[in-house]
Amino acid sequence: MNLCKVLGTVVASEKLPVFVGRKILVVQPLDEHQQPIGKSYLAIDNISSAGKGDTVLVMNEGGGVRMTLKDPNAPIRALIVGVVDSVDVA
Amino acid sequence: MYLGKVLGTVVATNRVPGLEGARFLLVQPLDHANQPTGPVEVSVDLASASPGTLVMLEGSREAAVACNPSFVPVDSAIVGIVDEVDV
Repeated sequence: MNLCKVLGTVVASEKLPVFVGRKILVVQPLDEHQQPIGKSYLAIDNISSAGKGDTVLVMNEGGGVRMTLKDPNAPIRALIVGVVDSVDVA
Repeated sequence: MYLGKVLGTVVATNRVPGLEGARFLLVQPLDHANQPTGPVEVSVDLASASPGTLVMLEGSREAAVACNPSFVPVDSAIVGIVDEVDV
């Protein structure tokens, strides 16, 4: 899983049926000091309470996502599975 | 998933079984600020996209999962047409 910051939302009216009703967010991966690292990508929000500016926990492995969603045919790789309250680095 | 812009079409008549009828498009992957993030790639179009449109793509194994049949040699698929990105 990765720490990411939610940058914003994506609206797509024409999409595969599996994405209907699911929130699509733009996320930016963060390092341990919560600085941007790498390129931004899109993640599906599974907890539906994540919003712009939040730090979130993103599962980035398709097999685990399909298990979480209980849908073996879900073409989804990145899933937001938690909203981070704090990160404590020594 | 990631964002991308459709640059054009790719025609390939001779292809492996399972990819019959698939439409190939040339796509430039983009980040949230519409900046290119890497090399241009060929994607299977599952959302009836056309050149010039902003799309969302799925990569690696999940791209093939989006296809029907799903056991196909595909590592990039267009799964939606983006109307708006609010960042």
